[in-house]
Parts: sequence; structure tokens; C-alpha cells
Amino acid sequence: MARIAVTVDGTAREADVEPRTLLVHWLRDDLGLVGTPVGCDTSNCGSCTVMIDGRSAKSCSLLAVQADGTQITTIQGAANGEWHPVQVAFKDCHALQCGYCTPGMVVAAIDLLSENPDPSEAEIREGLRGNLCRCTGYHNIVKAVQQASELMKEAAK
Amino acid sequence: MTATVEHVANIGRPLRRKEDARLLTGQTQWTDSIKLPGALHMTLVRSPVAHARITSVDKSAAEAMPNVVAVFTAADLGDLNARIPCVWPVTDDIVMPEFPVLAIDEVRHVGDVVAAVLATDAASAEDALEGVHVEYDTLPAVGDLEAALADGASLVHSSAGTNQCYTMNVPNGDYAAAKAASDVVVSRRFIQQRLIPSPMEPRAVAVSPMGTSGELTVWSATQIPHVLRVLLALSTGIPENRLRVIAPDVGGGFGAKLQLYREEILALVLANKLGRPVKWTETRSENMVATHHGRGQIQDIEIAATKDGILKGLKVTLTADMGAYLQIITPGIPLLGMFMYNGIYKMDAYDFSCTAVFTTKTPTDAYRGAGRPESTYAIERIMDELAAELGMDPLGLRRKNWITHEEFPYTTIAGLTYDTGNYEAATARALELFGYDELRAEQKRRRDSGDVVQLGIGVSTFTEMCGLAPSRTLGALKYVAGGWENCTIRVLPLGKVELVTGTSPHGQGHETAWSQIAADVIGVPVEDIEIIHGDTGRAPYGMDTYGSRSLAVGGQAILRAGEKVVEKAKLIAAHQMEANPDDLEFVDGAFRVKGDPERSTTIQAVAFEAFTAHNLPDGMEPTLSGESTVDPADFSFPHGTHLAAIEVDTETGKATVRKYVCVDDVGVQINPMIVEGQVHGGVAQGIGQALYEGAEYDDDGNLLTATLADYLIPSAADLPSFITDQTVTPSTTHPLGTKGVGEAGAIASTPAIINGVVDALRHLGVTDVTMPATPEAVWRTIVAAQSGAQA
Repeated sequence: MARIAVTVDGTAREADVEPRTLLVHWLRDDLGLVGTPVGCDTSNCGSCTVMIDGRSAKSCSLLAVQADGTQITTIQGAANGEWHPVQVAFKDCHALQCGYCTPGMVVAAIDLLSENPDPSEAEIREGLRGNLCRCTGYHNIVKAVQQASELMKEAAK
Repeated sequence: MTATVEHVANIGRPLRRKEDARLLTGQTQWTDSIKLPGALHMTLVRSPVAHARITSVDKSAAEAMPNVVAVFTAADLGDLNARIPCVWPVTDDIVMPEFPVLAIDEVRHVGDVVAAVLATDAASAEDALEGVHVEYDTLPAVGDLEAALADGASLVHSSAGTNQCYTMNVPNGDYAAAKAASDVVVSRRFIQQRLIPSPMEPRAVAVSPMGTSGELTVWSATQIPHVLRVLLALSTGIPENRLRVIAPDVGGGFGAKLQLYREEILALVLANKLGRPVKWTETRSENMVATHHGRGQIQDIEIAATKDGILKGLKVTLTADMGAYLQIITPGIPLLGMFMYNGIYKMDAYDFSCTAVFTTKTPTDAYRGAGRPESTYAIERIMDELAAELGMDPLGLRRKNWITHEEFPYTTIAGLTYDTGNYEAATARALELFGYDELRAEQKRRRDSGDVVQLGIGVSTFTEMCGLAPSRTLGALKYVAGGWENCTIRVLPLGKVELVTGTSPHGQGHETAWSQIAADVIGVPVEDIEIIHGDTGRAPYGMDTYGSRSLAVGGQAILRAGEKVVEKAKLIAAHQMEANPDDLEFVDGAFRVKGDPERSTTIQAVAFEAFTAHNLPDGMEPTLSGESTVDPADFSFPHGTHLAAIEVDTETGKATVRKYVCVDDVGVQINPMIVEGQVHGGVAQGIGQALYEGAEYDDDGNLLTATLADYLIPSAADLPSFITDQTVTPSTTHPLGTKGVGEAGAIASTPAIINGVVDALRHLGVTDVTMPATPEAVWRTIVAAQSGAQA
């Protein structure tokens, strides 16, 4: 067992974890943060994407011990009092259907917009290629990211 | 039945979804998120080989491992080792081999299950798999469909004495005569490659034996909680009234969760046997071999026409891959296509035959469209080939042969009666959005200049059938269930509403769309309606969600249940206001005495009166609710015109979708935003089949595309934005005029893409390209054509 200290969705957590435990399993099974789902076992689908120290990461591809000392935001912490503009835009643009990829997709989109506040369609598509969706064909996801970009620019004015 | 929606306020509006709040904030309940105190975690020892005799199983090492509670083989399970039933024996002499939940003596595909491990935590259960030592005596893999049918072929099921599951021939009209009367006959062999449905949520099941009165509760990532309860009872012998099946939030299905799976049975019988909760969650790598696949057919297609391009006849000869066992409706999938090979066209004769074959591969079954994508692909591809043979424009050929809008209802050569359609209108709109003539001009310029990047235009004018199905029709097809749907609408004492539906959504937005329908029928706000679904304990009757049936059939039940509520409420309102019911009008949730606007009451007030029951008409039962079970009168037939502009790099073989236009006609739309989303997703899956996806096996029966790194479902970077529009030709078989939309995109888009690829390369001698049309496949096709190998 290894001792880790991680701030998850604003709450400081300390725990003893097996060194082999994946971050996503620690979040889901030990902390009960089941809003972050697991979609594959080869790091391809991105459903488990969370924010670690402000950058998106696939939580199935990290060990919990590697997250020691970091700040993690999951989909359950993405709204800070009110919904993040990406969440607002996803609903408004019908950018989700079954919703299983959505937590990872929203987090990846937040990261994308923090790096590039005004992305082109091609940049959005390239930026989200690590997150698979089987329902939407991505059309409305692209629209939602564009709308979120506008919302965030408005808010920054 | 006539609709009594007097004042449409919500139907037809793109209301944002009720479901989204929980899905966007992670407040979800996926099956894998369910925690049951004391639950045992199940993992499965799966066959690493395609076909082998099991010579020994030594589980002692696993049993000695920490936290392992039990390991079960087929021998250990004995009578509890249930058989998975096939509920669609399509012919009288179909071969239906036993499909035991745990393999007995022999494994027949990679991923077949030899033993189940139960441990107190998931990691220990995973570790213990390595402690189960299975010795295999390898038998020959059976992969190639035609070789499997040859004399002396190795057998998947030796006791059957054959690899042929069934064979059938259904002649419609006199094909030989139609062919003799033709000037041109075009034949092609198309391969419908195996596809892996790949919903983003893998499967999972959790079972608690600790319900009230000994009830067993089964949570499953399934599309079919109601059907599943029946099948679980049927296969395990556990009485159905002791089973409660819940489909919580379900992350996509696409047919893959329209199934009774061995893991569901195992978790149930082991929880029941041990008296402890049992949970299993599929890994993605397991999903690729353990969840059923789709498609997997060889299509030999022959079409006959006059030199003027008038279709005379069509002959379809299928060889269909069943996989190693029959899942619940495996043999029926080709039949669902059988009715649609003639597409939207008129002809004198259509001969269909199908031979189904066992292989040592994962079983096949329904995948988005289930039979109709295959048939639509075949007819729309062969129409392009016929047009090329005749030197006609592909749309011109279609126009000559399609059913015109004046001809509906039209009974096709396959025996179905298409309710409505307007192929002319959808095509005209699609052409307008596409810029057909400009793109043809660009295509010519590129051809003339010998551009490295060639342009092709792919056409698909499709129809499909929704509303599976009138129960009598299903019975005639030997399907062992009905096609009805149920709804109960309860107006609660304080005026809020519960709508209980037998449909079971997994991404389709039923909570929103069903609220829109009910709101208009009973006159309450959308936000006052709670949709209850996916739980046999709370929604006891239903046939669930698949085949684009939920609105097509379930929508009728919602409407009728709502009408019953209004009918009863009207009698109560009339009694309260001392008026004749015939003198009341019902508008926006209010009953008003015609001509006397001062006298009115609301449906919510009536609900309270029905609750207190202090002053109801003599003999009327208290409470305000309506229930309806509707068996559909007939199918409905959405249609549309999809046009794709495909650029093909002739040096690399890479095909890129440059523009995609689709105009769909799904009848009256309840929520156009959801309709459009369904089309987008379907088109993307169809493009996946055309360009990216294929379950590849080696000669030894190993699945080579066994992870999402190898099986390429399209990413955002692989797809364009889509240009969508709709025409609206109301259905005449549905009182709301709606049809269905869940599968349309996936049915229509695959042939549009491949027709575009072939069209880009036809001047190079290319007449077909196999799917998926990867750069390598296309490049090899070009090279072969140029060397004269493909005439």
C-alpha cells in the first residue's frame, strides 16, 4: 500500500492504495466518484478523461499513486456553482445521446478550449480525436465546442 | 384509431433533453456503478482458441488464491448450466445446437466461456483467472463460409453433422421469366463484413438475491429488461414473478444489448445459489469477442432490366455467418433484410434465398439496422452498377423505377405495403443542398486533367421498415414474441404526471420525447411529466427498444393511454360542472363548457377530485389514469436520399468524405433536434462500415481486431459535418403520422459512401471495392483494375 494525497473535485483526500490500482478505479471504487466511466482497456476511448492539474488525462492510463500531490477535477466537479459553458453548450447543441462518453468528452473539450480559445472545426476534430463517441457522429459535439468557445469569449469580456 | 391531439404545443419542437442534466454532471447510474454490499465479483475464463476439445480443467490454484470464493466449471454447475434459447427458428428444419452458458467439453470461438470465478473484489477475481489451468486439444477453426459448406469440412458442431444452420428460398414472381424478358443482367458479389457494434458502455450485470420476499433483482446494461426477464426465467427455471430486471442508465446499444447473454444467466444463477450479490463488468477486450457481432454475409446479387432501364427482376443469394452459436434472434437477421432488397423500386420478380452457416467465431445478431443495412447496400450498390452498364445517370435510373408518390400505399414485390413516401421530394431537396451538377462538373474536370485526387458522387435512395411489428406478422415468421407496446399515464393527486413506458431508452431521449407527446395529449406542462422506464418492477409491461420501434409502436400506446386519461377526466369534469360531457371542450389542459367560458376546470383539479373521490359520477372508479397496450396495424416506412461527395487519392487509396447531404423523411417529428441527432449518429456508423470497421480473423480463428486500437470506430477527425434536412410525409399506419428514425442513417449511408468511392474510380476500370474501403483496400483495387484484373 502506498499513501497518496490528492485534491479531488475540491476535497482533499488521503488514502492508502495498492500500487497497481488505476486512477480511474480509485476514483470510482474507493471514492465513489462513479460519474467518470470506463469505456475500454487500451486508452483509446477517452471516456475516463479527467483534469489533472489543469490538463486532461485518461484516468485509466495512470496509476493512482502517480496522481499523488495533484488536483483532479472530474465531471462531477466540472460545474463550479453553475455549469461550465461546455456543459451548457453540450445540452443546447444536443451533443450527447447515451451520455457514456460525455464526462470524458466534456473534460477534453474544456482542456481544448483552455489551450485554444477559438479553435477551427478542424482543430476541434483533431483535438477530440482521443475521445470516441458512438452516438452523435460528433457533428453536434463540434457545434457545442464552437458554441462554448463563444460563450467563454462573451463571459471574458 | 384517430388522434385527438387537439392543440399541439410541444410535438414538433426541438426541446432540449430532460436526460442531459444528469448525464452532463456525472449523476448517472450505469450498471457498473451499482455497489451491492457483500457482492462477489465474477470474472470468466475464456477460450484463447477458436475451436478445441477441453481435455482438463484444473482450478485448484485459483481456489487457493486469496479472496476467491468459488470457481465453477460446467461440471460444477450441473443442472444450473442453462442453455441460451434461440427464439427465432426461421425454418422447420433449422439446426439449433445447444448453447450452454459454460462450455461443455468443447469451445467453439475465442471468448467462449469455460469457467466462472467469484471473488470478494474485482482485482482478486481477475488475478484468479491465471489460476485456472485449462488444457485444450485443438480442433480445426471454421472461418470461411463457403468452405464450411463444402463436403468434408470440419464441423463446428459435430453432433449436427453439418455446418449449415438453415437454407431457405422465397420466390416472389417468376424471376426466370423476368430475366428472360430483360436486355441487361448485372451480377455482383458484395461482402458485408462482420462488424463489432461497440456501444461506449461495455456490458455489465449485477444481481442481488436480497429483494423483498426473496425476489432477485437483476441490473443489466441491456436494451430489453422486459424481454430479458422472460428469457432469464425461461432459461434458468427461476419463476418470472421472482425476477425484477432493471436497465439503469444504459450507454448505447445498437443491437448489441438486445440479447440474453451467458454472463447475465451466470450472475443470476450464482447469486441465487450462493445467496450473495454477484457482479460482472465486461472489459472492452472481452466485449470484442463476447458481445455479439453484426452483419457477416456474402451477397450474390443479380439484377435484370430492359435496355431502357426498366427493372424486371432481382435475385438475391445470401450466405450468412451465424457464428458459433445461435443467440436469441441470430437466424432471423437475414430475414429482416429479406423484405427490403427491392428497396424503393418496382419490379416483376424477386427471388430471395439464404443459407446460414456456423463458424468458429463470435455469434452474430442484430446490429443497428439488422438486415436492412445489408439489403439497402445491395440494392443501392447494384443500381449504380446497372446505371453504369446502361450508361445512365444513377439518379435517372432510380427515378425510372421508384414508386412515385401518387402510388402509395404500394404493395411491393416482397409483399410489404409501404404506407407513404415521396422519393421525388426528398431527392429534389437533397440535390439542391448538394450542388449535384456543380460536383459532376468538377468530377469531369478532375478526370479530364488526370488529377491525383479523383471525385466521386455516391447516391443512396433508401427506405426501411420501422414498427416491428404486428404480432400476427411476427407469429407468421416464427418469431416467438409479440410486437405490441404498453403505456400507463397516471395523473397524481397534486397534478404531476407519471408516464410508465415499456420502451427502454439507452440514448434516444425518450424521457423528453415521450413527455412532449403526453403533454400535448393530456394538457400538462412537459416538466410536470416523469417518465418511468427500464424496470420490470415499476414498468411491468413492455417489449423494449430496438428496430426503431419505440416511437413507431410505443408512441401509439402513449397517445392511446393519454386519450383514456382525457376521456375519464372529461366525465369527471362534466359531473363537477353539471354539464353534458359532449358540451365540453378540452384545450391546454382545461375542460371548458362550450360557449360559457366562465365554467371550466383543469385536468389537475380533476385529478384531485379523482383522488378524493368525494364526488365522482355514480359507479366511476377513483384515481385518474389510463393504460393502453397497442399492437401496431402495420410497419411504417421512412425513407430518404443521401448524397456523398468522396475524394479518393489515387496514389494512396485514401477516401475522404468531402460533403455529405441527407434528406430524411421520417414522417411527423416529435422532436426534430433528436431526429437530427439520430441521423448524424447513424450516418457516422454507416460511414464506419464503409471506410473503417471490420472484424478481421486469421485462419486459426483469432480475432485480429480485438481492441479499440485495432477495430477503428470513427473519431471526430475521421468524419465531416453533415448537411441534414427533412421532408415530412406523414405515416398512415401511425395515428401521430410518425415513422421511426433510429436506424435510418446507418441503413442509408454505407452504400452512399461506397457508391461514391467506386464512382470516383470507375474510369480507371474499378467496378467495386470491398469494405472497409481502407487506403490499402482502395489502392489494391486501383492497382488490380489497372492491371486488368477487375473488368
